[in-house]
Amino acid sequence: MRFEYAPAPEARSIVTLRDSYGLFIGGSFVSGSSVFKTVSPATEEVLAEVTLGGAEDVDRAVAAARHAYERIWSAMPGRERGKYLFRIARLLAERAREFAVLETLDNGKPIREARDVDVPLASAHFFYHAGWADKLSYAGFGPSPRPLGVAGQVIPWNFPLLMLAWKVAPALACGNTVVLKPAETTPLTALLFAEVCQQADLPPGVVNILTGDGGTGRVLVAHPGIDKIAFTGSTEVGKEIARLCAVSGKRVTLELGGKAANIVFDDAPVDQAVEGIVNGIFFNQGHVCCAGSRLLVQESVAGEVLASLKRRMATLRLGDPLDKNTDIGAVNSRAQLDKITSLAASGEAEGAARWSAPCALPDRGFWFPPTVFTQVPSSSGIVREEIFGPVLTVDTFRTPAEAVEKANNTPYGLSAGVWTEKGSRILEMSSRLRAGVVWANTFNRFDPASPFGGYKESGFGREGGRHGLEAYLDVVAAADVVGGADV
Amino acid sequence: MDVTSSNASLRRFLHGLPGVDEVGARARAGALATRSVKTDAKRHALDLAISVIDLTTLEGQDTPGKVRSMCAKGRRPGYGAPPVAAVCVYPDLVPVAVAAVAGSPVKVASVATAFPSGRALLDVKLADVKSAAAAGADEIDMVIDRGAFLSGRYLEVFEEIVAVRGASGDAHLKVILETGELGPLDNVRRAAWLAMLAGADFIKTSTGKVPSAATLPVTLVMLEAVRDFGEFGGRRVGVKAAGGIRDAKDAIRYLVLVNETAGEAWLDARLFRIGASSLLNDLLMQRVRMETGRYSGPDYMTVD
Repeated sequence: MRFEYAPAPEARSIVTLRDSYGLFIGGSFVSGSSVFKTVSPATEEVLAEVTLGGAEDVDRAVAAARHAYERIWSAMPGRERGKYLFRIARLLAERAREFAVLETLDNGKPIREARDVDVPLASAHFFYHAGWADKLSYAGFGPSPRPLGVAGQVIPWNFPLLMLAWKVAPALACGNTVVLKPAETTPLTALLFAEVCQQADLPPGVVNILTGDGGTGRVLVAHPGIDKIAFTGSTEVGKEIARLCAVSGKRVTLELGGKAANIVFDDAPVDQAVEGIVNGIFFNQGHVCCAGSRLLVQESVAGEVLASLKRRMATLRLGDPLDKNTDIGAVNSRAQLDKITSLAASGEAEGAARWSAPCALPDRGFWFPPTVFTQVPSSSGIVREEIFGPVLTVDTFRTPAEAVEKANNTPYGLSAGVWTEKGSRILEMSSRLRAGVVWANTFNRFDPASPFGGYKESGFGREGGRHGLEAYLDVVAAADVVGGADV
Repeated sequence: MDVTSSNASLRRFLHGLPGVDEVGARARAGALATRSVKTDAKRHALDLAISVIDLTTLEGQDTPGKVRSMCAKGRRPGYGAPPVAAVCVYPDLVPVAVAAVAGSPVKVASVATAFPSGRALLDVKLADVKSAAAAGADEIDMVIDRGAFLSGRYLEVFEEIVAVRGASGDAHLKVILETGELGPLDNVRRAAWLAMLAGADFIKTSTGKVPSAATLPVTLVMLEAVRDFGEFGGRRVGVKAAGGIRDAKDAIRYLVLVNETAGEAWLDARLFRIGASSLLNDLLMQRVRMETGRYSGPDYMTVD
């Protein structure tokens, strides 16, 4: 008899969904002029109606943020700001299951990941930055670094709550107020976070959340009342934002796309490397900007690694994201599924060999099986373009120099992975790879203390760690103060 | 060239096996431990766990009476549960166990080779093995010479296993690696391959007599080794996790590990065992709970 795991769904009842949600402006939910629906990508069921923020809503939100910045938040001592951040961090941890279930419903990611990665890390980001709030003078940006003002933040749909935490926590710790726009397809955890802000008694206007579409984001980014733009999303939109802000005097940080190489040497710990390849590309259905989407494996072990990888992929469990045993959830939206499907088809048309894990796809919802392409021409679109889905391309190399050349041969430079038991090779490779993060014998590991960000078209600025504070502090003015004192 | 022709070639082979990244192995074992096994799957898993138990008593104070009572429990655990795979005793109690399980599918396993330390001369170890086999043991659980292994005398360990293999006759040979004394997981993989090359039918984690016994990461590495050995063209070798597995939840984690590492072919008493004593009662209690919806207390389970 087969050892099957019976369905083990996480209870949905912990989440109380409202029929419709307003915009969170000035500490309370207010209605707007039009609404749109958010669906569960796993079932296409409508979860709730949310408000589409228009130009006048952006005005209101920016005004509320400005007011809170000038009257309360920028003047508040760091240790007091820190208390609010600690409170938010604790509330996120206390309500972790609720956030995890809601994230899974709205995003389609497996509950295992929402529960074990997204929510704990989001809470950890608030804890980490709460600690910085009263220690900014020691961050290396001068004796008394000042905040920038009102931050406009636009975040993607792949890690809705976690990206919110990456944006909101440092901004608040440094004394800025924020207007945040969550992604169109995943607004719900941001709205639940708004409730947490209320629960934490955060002064009204310090955090404002505007749900909406690309149009809302465009108005927010262009708004003259914003001092700083932080964006995580596609390179295409990032370039548009950079153009928009070029002459505005706004500070900008961009965390954009990636096409990371995951490099496996012949002396790698094979079983763990295979786990790392799987985690690198199939974590969160491959909707990860730093996903290890290009596998580069040393020719002498390529056969062994590929066979092992396929065997492992065949054990991946795709299905109901709320089931605790699900490894691969749903693709976030129809549009994203179409994009993945068409890129995969073009890969096949260009002659690459396609292999998908043998798993049945549910009838409803948006699904794509874990897929690997071998014998891929290096000019192929699937090697060059960010697919942002569970699709891996495989190429081989013979020498470390060839691996570096292939890994760096991309307009992106967000992350890379190196698998070898040889310490000196790890150091050598990481110094030559043009990527913001190089993981050695692991992949997709995140920590609030570690700065994250890209080279080249993967964006600029760093998030997390001491380096991440720089994006939310007036470091130029702070340097002037230091310089003045010295002269 | 046969890799076992000299200590140098054996060493080169064992050190040429892919390394094990400890952090990665622990992470993988930890991730699999979060699998949720409920309802029908749990019912199936509980019975499967019972059917792969080597019900064990290895104490200085063991008596024939205790062994007989344990054997009776192993044959018919009660509550409709299937019999266990085997009982595991010291060599002098093998005749008692053989008589007590006669006519049932339950096998008799005996530890031997100066268990648990393995610190005796080869002749003494072989005599130990022969006496257990002659008394009717179906399975011999031997310990490897950890001292020789750790000092790099791989050929010595290999030859000793081969000698024990010979002395065991028709009995199945389980080779205890005593992973708690081997150090890094790289050594676990090497010892596993060494034992398999020398003819082990099973590789077993521990004696249960040192502080660190079976753990999920160690068992993961051993399962990977038997899987790779099979694909490399060798026999299907079994894995026995022994020591420290006391409750049903833990046992199910091991079954999940087997299922997702070596594959479901290994979910069979011929290829996977759990060496345990108190585990059986917890599995039975869980089984009763699944049937009645209530937990029964330990007082309702017999102590053997």
